[in-house]
Amino acid sequence: MEDIKLIVDGRRIDGRKPDELRNVKIEAGVLKRADGSCYIEMGNNKIVAAVYGPRSLHPKHLQNPNRVVVRYRYNMAPFSVDERKRPGPDRRSVEISKVSKEAFEPVIIKELFPRSSIDIFVEVLQADAGTRVAGINAASVALADAGIPMKGLVSAVAVGKVDGEIVLDLVKEEDNYGQADIPVATFIRAGKIEGITLLQMDGRVSKDELKKALELAKKGCMEIYRMQKEALINRCRGDEIVE
Amino acid sequence: MKLSNEIVADIKRDYVYQKLRNNERIDGRGFTEFRKIRIETGIIDKAEGSAVVRIGDTEVMVGIKMQPGEPFPDTPDRGVIISNAELVPLASPTFEPGPPDENSIELARVVDRGIRESEAIDLEKLCITEGEEVWLVFIDIHVLDDDGNLQDASALAAISALLNTTIPNERFGYGDDEILPVRDLPVSVTSLIVDEMILVDPSSDEEKLSKSRITITTDTHDNIVAIQKSGAYTLTEDKLYEVVDISIEKAREIRALLRDV
Repeated sequence: MEDIKLIVDGRRIDGRKPDELRNVKIEAGVLKRADGSCYIEMGNNKIVAAVYGPRSLHPKHLQNPNRVVVRYRYNMAPFSVDERKRPGPDRRSVEISKVSKEAFEPVIIKELFPRSSIDIFVEVLQADAGTRVAGINAASVALADAGIPMKGLVSAVAVGKVDGEIVLDLVKEEDNYGQADIPVATFIRAGKIEGITLLQMDGRVSKDELKKALELAKKGCMEIYRMQKEALINRCRGDEIVE
Repeated sequence: MKLSNEIVADIKRDYVYQKLRNNERIDGRGFTEFRKIRIETGIIDKAEGSAVVRIGDTEVMVGIKMQPGEPFPDTPDRGVIISNAELVPLASPTFEPGPPDENSIELARVVDRGIRESEAIDLEKLCITEGEEVWLVFIDIHVLDDDGNLQDASALAAISALLNTTIPNERFGYGDDEILPVRDLPVSVTSLIVDEMILVDPSSDEEKLSKSRITITTDTHDNIVAIQKSGAYTLTEDKLYEVVDISIEKAREIRALLRDV
């Protein structure tokens, strides 16, 4: 297994260069019932995100008198992976939900809606590595689509080390046989990266490689950010046509 | 919590914060200084390996149990690591009985990642019959007293317990017992970020100020093998690299303690 070559002549198994994103398609406002929603395709990932709220939070003891409670549920459909995933939350999805929620909390203006909740639901319909970051990208657009006041957008991408090289936006094979996987979410305000709101890593990298990986992640996040904005602009244009 | 307790907690929190603003931690430690670390191993005879780690007044026990079982289909020739953490109610007034919540799941998964990614355990040596039977290694983290920084105490207790583990071949009829081969010593270092300050090994009083944590796990070659940003905050890149440098240095000090285990 170890001698599978994932990069040949500077090209990855799907033909991309190390610093290239997969094809990304983002569409805002795809669901009727949700207050905000977004569908994203990032390579072979197909994910839909919905936002409900701000709405009153029950039971009451969960309420916070000073700010809104943000809840995030990352969920994989049983048919989204090769081997059927048992429905319902597992330990992986509980952890992903926690860190994803924390990626949005610094960006949402929480003080505006005391005693309420904002519920973010992310459903992975088809998975091909990088589902948590693709889910975050969709959730970010869905939050904006729901009109939730935010200081900026959250844009996320995974970087990693494959065949000793730092690469952007890993596919499944690169994730499985590579040497590191680093999901990163950034908080971007008015086209400028303010900081990192999600950072995880597993694998093995040196400090210098980590730096290089984060540089690449920032580049990827900026590209995603532009596409998220475009999706939101398209959504507004669509509304105008209907009216 | 009674109202008077809450008021006391508020006063204490302000006190801890004011001290920090004057560049002091309430227990007199330096900002990058760990509390006293004590490691004891082999305390539970029934377990294949065990350890108690105390960092200051934080106390975590880890027991290792091993049993033959089925490998994962995609790794038919490798043993399996299964990590679990229980935040039992005796360890803190805020822990409640019941199934593991997101905090205990995160705790166990970050410990697991450090051990797995550093390849501390040679999983290929834990194959009994390829595709049929391999050793399952259960790492059970039992928190006994939470005075802050459960993450590092748990990770240190886990690797200490593994260093103390015997593969129970005899009990299952596979010949003589043997020592579990451990080939790396992953060490996690957790920092709390309060305003612009970095507090290594936060105590529970300090953890009340902020939930902004970051854990960096490094291996014996100073490579980073796991990172977990935990808490709702925005981390700047400069802060991250500062934390990485501190963590590499602190991990070396702690690793020296492990060599005596």
